This record gives sequence, C-alpha cells and structure tokens, in this order.
Amino acid sequence: MTTAPRTADAAALALGDDALVLSHRLGEWAGHAPVLEEEVALANIALDLLGQARVLLSLVGDEDELAYLREERAFRNVQLVEQPNGDFAHTITRQLYFSVYQHLLYDRLATTDSELAPLAAKAAKEVAYHRDHAEQWTLRLGDGTAESHERMQRGLDALWRFTGELFQPVQGLDVDGESLRTEWTAVVTSVVRKATLTVPEGPQTGAWTAGAGRQGLHTESFGRMLAEMQHLHRSHPGASW
Amino acid sequence: MATAHQPPVVAEDEAVAGAVDTAAAAVDTAALESAFDAAVAADERIEPRDWMPDAYRATLVRQIAQHAHSEIIGMQPEANWITRAPSLRRKAILMAKVQDEAGHGLYLYSAAETLGTSRDELLDKLHAGRQKYSSIFNYPTLTWADVGAIGWLVDGAAITNQVPLCRCSYGPYARAMVRICKEESFHQRQGYELLLALSRGTPEQHEMAQDAVNRWWWPSLMMFGPPDAESSHSEQSMTWKIKRHSNDELRQRFVDICVPQAESLGLTLPDPDLKWNEERGQHDFGAIDWSEFWSVLKGNGPCNEQRLTQRRRAHEEGAWVREAAAAYAAKHSDHDKDRRPATPGTHGEATA
Repeated sequence: MTTAPRTADAAALALGDDALVLSHRLGEWAGHAPVLEEEVALANIALDLLGQARVLLSLVGDEDELAYLREERAFRNVQLVEQPNGDFAHTITRQLYFSVYQHLLYDRLATTDSELAPLAAKAAKEVAYHRDHAEQWTLRLGDGTAESHERMQRGLDALWRFTGELFQPVQGLDVDGESLRTEWTAVVTSVVRKATLTVPEGPQTGAWTAGAGRQGLHTESFGRMLAEMQHLHRSHPGASW
Repeated sequence: MATAHQPPVVAEDEAVAGAVDTAAAAVDTAALESAFDAAVAADERIEPRDWMPDAYRATLVRQIAQHAHSEIIGMQPEANWITRAPSLRRKAILMAKVQDEAGHGLYLYSAAETLGTSRDELLDKLHAGRQKYSSIFNYPTLTWADVGAIGWLVDGAAITNQVPLCRCSYGPYARAMVRICKEESFHQRQGYELLLALSRGTPEQHEMAQDAVNRWWWPSLMMFGPPDAESSHSEQSMTWKIKRHSNDELRQRFVDICVPQAESLGLTLPDPDLKWNEERGQHDFGAIDWSEFWSVLKGNGPCNEQRLTQRRRAHEEGAWVREAAAAYAAKHSDHDKDRRPATPGTHGEATA
C-alpha cells in the first residue's frame, strides 16, 4: 500500500487483528478441551471473534488477503491475544483480561459516531457472554482446589505484563484510554479478589514499550502461528477456496 | 409409549415371602415383556421410565455410546485443519462443524444417561479401549481436501445410517437423531461444496480433491459395517426396531446416491467395477477389502493409537479443571444466587 490508510482503517485493522488472532488461538483448543461443554464454549467464542474479524477486516480490504498474505510485522493486534494457550488457566486468564477490555471498549465505541459503532453494538452483546464465561471460570479455578488456585494465579501473573498495551491510544478510535484502564482495573480486581486470587503487582508492560503489538512488534510464537495459518493459502497463489 | 408398560409399584412390605414372589415376578416379567414387544411392534416409542428388557437396554447403551464416542473422536481429524483452513469463510464453517460434533456428543451422552449410564462411565470405557468408535476416524486427514471428503462421504454415509434412527424405538435416541441428522446433512452439503470448489479450481486443487476421494471412498463404504451374513448384532436390533435396514441395504443406497454426485463434482470414484445394473436398478460395485476393515477395527489402523492417546491426554490434562469446578460447586452450592437478577421487592430501594 502506498497511500496512508484512513484512520478508521487503522482502528478496524487493530480490532480485526485482535479478533482474528484470538479466534485462531481458541481454535487450537478443538479436541483438547478439559470437558465437552468447553469444546462447545471455546469454539463458540472463537466463532464470534472470527465473525467480528471478518466484518472488521472487510472494512479495510479483502479479508483473506489481509489474514493470509500479510507478514508478521504488518499485524496490528495486541500481544496479549497472540500468547500461546498454555494450560486452561492460562487461556482463561487471557480470556478474562481481553474480554473485559473488549466489552468495555465496544460498549464505549457503540455510543460514538464512529464507522465502527454498529459493529461494536452487536459485538458487545457477544462479548458480554465471553466475559461472563471468563469470569465464571476465574471464580471456579481461583476458588476451586489448591492446584487450580495455583495455576490460575500463575496465569494471572504471567499475562499481566501484556495488559498495559490494551489502553494505549489506537489511531481512529475515539475512546479515552485512561478511563478504560480505570474501569478495566476495577472489574478485573473485583473478579480476581472474589476468586480468592491476588491482582499481580508487576509492571503492565514488558521490555518493549507499551503499544508494541499495535505497531507491528510481536512475540516469537506469533510468527509460527502465522506460518501455520497462512501456509496452505500461500502455497496456492491466486487459488480460490 | 403409555404408562401401561411401567412396572407396577410394589410396596416394600409386600416384598417379603421368597418363593411366591419369585413366581409372581416371573409372571410379571412375562407380562411386561409381551407389553414391550407389542409396543415395539406397534411402532410406539419406548421412553426412559418404561420397562424394557435388559438386553434391549444394553444394546442401546452400546450403540449410543459408540455413536457418542464417534462424535468426539471424529472432532480430531477435522480439528487437524482448523488452524490451516485456507480462507476465513472455510475456517468459520469448519470450526462450526467441529463444534456441532461436540454438541452431538453431548446429546448422545445425555441419551445414554436416560438409560442409567453416566457420561463419565462411558468415557472411562472409551479411554480403556473397552468401547469402540467408528473406525473411519482412524484414517488421517492428510490434505485440506480431506475435510471436504469427510463431509461429503463420511457424513453422507453417517446420514444414510442415521436417518432411519430418527424412527428408532427408543424415544430419547430417536429425538436426538432428528436434530443430529439435520446438522449432518448441512455438513454433508458443505463438504460437497468444498470439494466442488477444489474440483473446479486449479489443477493442483482438483488433484487434491481426487486424491482425497480416492482415499476416503472405500473406508466410507466400510462404515455400514460387515456384510449382512457376518453382522453379529443385526437381527435382534431389527426386531427391536433399533435398526431398520440391513448393512448391505444401506451401503447400496449410499453408493447409488454418491455416483451421480461424483459426476456433478467432476471426480471419479476409485472402483473400476462400479457400473449401473439395469436389471437391479442399482449400481454394482467392487469387492470391499474386509481384511482392512477388521484390521483397523482391531486397532491397527493408521491413527487408532493417536486418536485414543489424544483423547486420554485431553481428559487427563483436564482432570484438575473438572475437579476445580466440582470443588467450587460444593463450596458454593448456592452460588447461582449471585447470577440471578434481583427480584423486585427484595431490595429496600425497589419498594420504597
């Protein structure tokens, strides 16, 4: 692309990539979930996110070209969503941190005059369920057995440093990052405490500056994720499926 | 089926004297059995609370369990391609399909529960190798076209087998099958459409589709089970109306459905002996290699070990999650209070 993207495109790309990448990670659970009901639930969330991604990416261009033909450095998702699944507690932590963010964000976005407002209004309803799912599992794992408590705390601690990025300004998104951070922190703190867990105290960013994913700086495992996702499409240039 | 077939309620104090009761019980059982037979013969549905012969119950549990296990093991070969689906539309379709299979597993384990057998018990038997799942899932999905071939052929064969089960004599199973068959026929059309896109695509895509059909055709024909002469459970199941058509009848029906579809797809079925028989009004087809069928069934298929290992691992690795949920439920047996919306009038401000 030679011309700079419209600001709305930048926002759609960022949010579309978040949904696309998280959907992919959740899809990796298929056939591996701890209980049959979670096979259904995780696939359901993955499908909602994939649906959102397709709408958002289509605002910017051809959904398949964007998903399958961009290099790693061109993706604009936050690093949180690309983190590997880990154990179920790790996945639930990623779901908790992200779905609370996405829910608050879409709720705000729905009331703006942004091009994305209608999508946000619809997606907020889906994401409310994702958030409920994550919160209910956080309670069960935190306040379940000693083992689940320990695993859930480990998940919360491990992914904490990817949460700061969520509140960085996104070009084209008319949302106040600081108020988003305040509300996100209040919600997450309340759920975590109710689950008898501890809110991590470490920094909310890693060695990269916050906002790295939005600038196309990703973590190592993301490249392998894309290699797997894109290889078939790229092996047959110009083919339709 | 009406309540007439339910066992008579026997008060505890009546069940005292041995010999007299045994004789009475024999008479009762004979009466119950003839009522059951009459109900089945009249095409009435048997419901969970109705009396049924132990062997009927055992046959149903075995069949429903095998079907449920097939759904959840069957997720694996297709889930194998979710992360590599070549377009977002195909990815959404595939994820939804694999999710449907998990859902089918849930309905079927629930149907088995109505016969007094828990999901945990059945999963333990699957994991221990004491119950089977459909052998077709012991074949690998080597290319993207296999996803289409599974939809078209494997789901097509499953539908041919399962549509008659919607009229099965056992109510909960029959009702589960109605819903499952609707979803399966959707999957079958999606598989066909996937193959059509490949067949009409680039030469490489066409080749991929043909290769997949070559590999899945014969195993799909084996899905109907051994020839009628060698089928061990068939006769009794037919009498009980758990089964309504023989293996060979259903296999023939499937072949006759597939031949014109293959033509529309522009693909060839890998059987030189396949041809229309004017006299029979059906297609003749080549001999099935039953030694392969028995070998896969005995555990020597390409993926038997892999499928069961993955299933066991998911179950074992998920044990701590299930334990946590149980522990939480025990601690918070009133936890759903939190989730219930406040009833108007229960809070001071609402009535003030």
